[in-house]
Amino acid sequence: MPTLIDNTRKPDNRSAVSAAERAKGKGDAKGGLYKPRQPIYPKLVHGKWRMVKWALLIATLGVYYITPWIRWGRPEGFPQQAALVDFTGRRFYFFDIQLWPQEVYLFTGVLIAAALALFLTTALFGRLWCGYACPQTVWTDLYIVVERLFEGDRNARMRLDAAPWSFDKLWRKTGKHLVWLGIAFGTGGAWIFYFHDAPTLIRTFWTGEAPATAYVSCALLTATTYIFAGWMREQVCTYMCPWPRIQGAMLDQHSLQVTYLRERGEPRGAHKKGQSWEGRGDCIDCRQCVVVCPMGIDIRDGSQLECINCGLCVDACDDILGKLGRPTGLIAYDTDAAVAARTCGQKAVYKPVRSRTIYYAVALTIVGGLTLWSLVTRPKADLHVIRDRNPIFVRMHDGAVRDGYTLKITNRTFAERRFDVAFEGVAGARLSQPGQTGDKVTLMVPADQVISARVFVTAPAGADLPASVAGRFVAKSGDVTAESKTVFLSGAANPQ
Amino acid sequence: MADRKIDDATGVETTGHEWDGIRELDNPLPRWWLWIWYATIAFSIGYWVLMPAWPGLHGYTKGLLNKSDRAEVGQELKALDKQRGEGAAMLRTASLEQIEKDPKLLAYAQQVGQSVFGDNCATCHGIGGTGSKGYANLRDDVWLWGGKLEDIQYTITHGVRTGAEGARMSQMPAFGRDEMLQPKQIDDLTEYVVNLSHRPADAAAVARAAPLFEAQCSACHGPQGLGNQQLGAPNLTDADWLFGSDRASIRGQIYAGNGGVMPTWGGRLSPETIKALSVYIHSNAGGQ
Ligand code: SF4
Ligand code: SF4
Repeated sequence: MPTLIDNTRKPDNRSAVSAAERAKGKGDAKGGLYKPRQPIYPKLVHGKWRMVKWALLIATLGVYYITPWIRWGRPEGFPQQAALVDFTGRRFYFFDIQLWPQEVYLFTGVLIAAALALFLTTALFGRLWCGYACPQTVWTDLYIVVERLFEGDRNARMRLDAAPWSFDKLWRKTGKHLVWLGIAFGTGGAWIFYFHDAPTLIRTFWTGEAPATAYVSCALLTATTYIFAGWMREQVCTYMCPWPRIQGAMLDQHSLQVTYLRERGEPRGAHKKGQSWEGRGDCIDCRQCVVVCPMGIDIRDGSQLECINCGLCVDACDDILGKLGRPTGLIAYDTDAAVAARTCGQKAVYKPVRSRTIYYAVALTIVGGLTLWSLVTRPKADLHVIRDRNPIFVRMHDGAVRDGYTLKITNRTFAERRFDVAFEGVAGARLSQPGQTGDKVTLMVPADQVISARVFVTAPAGADLPASVAGRFVAKSGDVTAESKTVFLSGAANPQ
Repeated sequence: MADRKIDDATGVETTGHEWDGIRELDNPLPRWWLWIWYATIAFSIGYWVLMPAWPGLHGYTKGLLNKSDRAEVGQELKALDKQRGEGAAMLRTASLEQIEKDPKLLAYAQQVGQSVFGDNCATCHGIGGTGSKGYANLRDDVWLWGGKLEDIQYTITHGVRTGAEGARMSQMPAFGRDEMLQPKQIDDLTEYVVNLSHRPADAAAVARAAPLFEAQCSACHGPQGLGNQQLGAPNLTDADWLFGSDRASIRGQIYAGNGGVMPTWGGRLSPETIKALSVYIHSNAGGQ
């Protein structure tokens, strides 16, 4: 393995400072334990990663806002909404999938698979989630678009903030915050549509008839969206989100990360047109990578906890280098190992297949496969049998023996079903239920419900049975069958 | 002691604390953390004003919102009573048969019946309803006073041998104690009953006891010994008896004529509750 980046080297542009000194900033001249937020004015940048980010922004926001409005045909009396978390009805609907509360393990499976997918992506490509898909990033991006619309790009915004209050500043600021609040309200408003029938809720919301939880959730999400995307932005990633800390465990020297190719860039310095590039690095110290960074960091200091791997500095630098006529890619998605190899004059090797990516991929395949398998094969009906424990059996006057069971039948279909219930394992067994007795009993189960019924199984007198007989209940309704194993205790161990 | 150093990689001063060679950077906290702390203080003051908060010598500060968990529980209990009232109303209007036929009502009655049974009946009949010597087994198909829904309802409502009006009443004579029969005759009758319940018995004794049975027992138990539920007389052919079926038990019962008492539940339990209880017992016994 080639030598890795030497992390002990002091960053060139920093000198040792104490906490108190570092806390000294604008508006906090006293210094101390707390540091005011340094406002960040990310500059607009164009380039291929920015294009990808725009596309993902439109796609993710589109999915979020449109999904609750998709209608899906279900029988009368059932929700017509494709995606719905129905707390009152205790069901989750997602197109043709309908889940019951006891199937929450499928959610667990999906969440574990999602976490493993995140681990795998991070081990391979770094914090792609943070840079491209995380709601915090997406909404912050959207808010910056609005900010730019009202206050202009970086320099204009900085000027505006420094300027004294004027009518111009007032309307720009007011307009920006109003639109922000509007988006925040739209975000909270779209959220609650996932929990109620959207066309109904959009009406009842304004007439005051919507459930209190809808108003509270809407208000809460409006507030968090406005505060997180408008005011806190990078502070959420840097101080609140646990992921930046965790992801350090997934990354290694072979993970792709936005990297400044130090050996190519240094020594940096201003470059005049026509000057030679001999004996110097490609970085002209124009600080474009710094001013476009939404996290307000300088990627040239090396990989940092704050960096969300968004690639905007890559676009900024490529733009500059292109104009200078130098090869692009001074800041690029690259791996520490490749950088180190090139530094030593070796050929860079990329190792997407390595032990940790194999572990993550295998775990993901297993968990994802199991979840998918249980989802696809889940039965339309369930039968659960609870044997009576007291008494474990009852002897009739003629010596026949009767065992009692509580049967729970779950009907997951959208139609009422009539289940013929039989007991296998005891020859000549009779089944009984209030009002019926025979070799079968019939139980009606309403659509999308579970019933609980007491069923007795009687072994005929004189049946020569062992003390415990393995048997099973079979509930059949057309093409839907549910079975459950149980035992029949014949009382042979407790003679009369 | 704290040994504050400047960290080489970041240029930041450390706190001077070290754990297994790991040093903590002394980065300043963001100022908004401080604001959140202030906000929690403001919240707690608002909370003291609005909610019950401070204990005093004679009670506590009630808070402007007048919130009380105790009052809320009271309200919830009232709502529960109302809900139960609805269920009781359904039971009141439906007949016993209707209750058993309607799966929903049946399930409701079984739930109510189960809890009432546990509270009131299980002491004697056992939590599973299987009884014991002297206490009837309510799970099998042997019934002294009848196992139909109405019979069960009647027995629960009026009780057995309570002396109350309408109570089930029967009296097995104490043939031995009251010296109505000689010990020898009782021995013969015992053999006769053993024979009736299809078990090997002393044939000579059985023959001697036949006229005795005819004279003393058949009035209630029937000439064939099949019993009579109107009179609470057990069937003597099935050997499934309240006071046991071995020879000693049979002799003891002929000698002393035991009979237990079952309380009158009418007046103690509401008619709806007794209905639910009857349905519970009936359905658990396989339903006659
Ligand atoms: S944008 Fe590129 S050339 Fe400009 S300062 Fe950043 S790294 Fe150097
Ligand atoms: S350093 Fe570059 S990749 Fe990292 S957050 Fe800033 S702009 Fe994005």
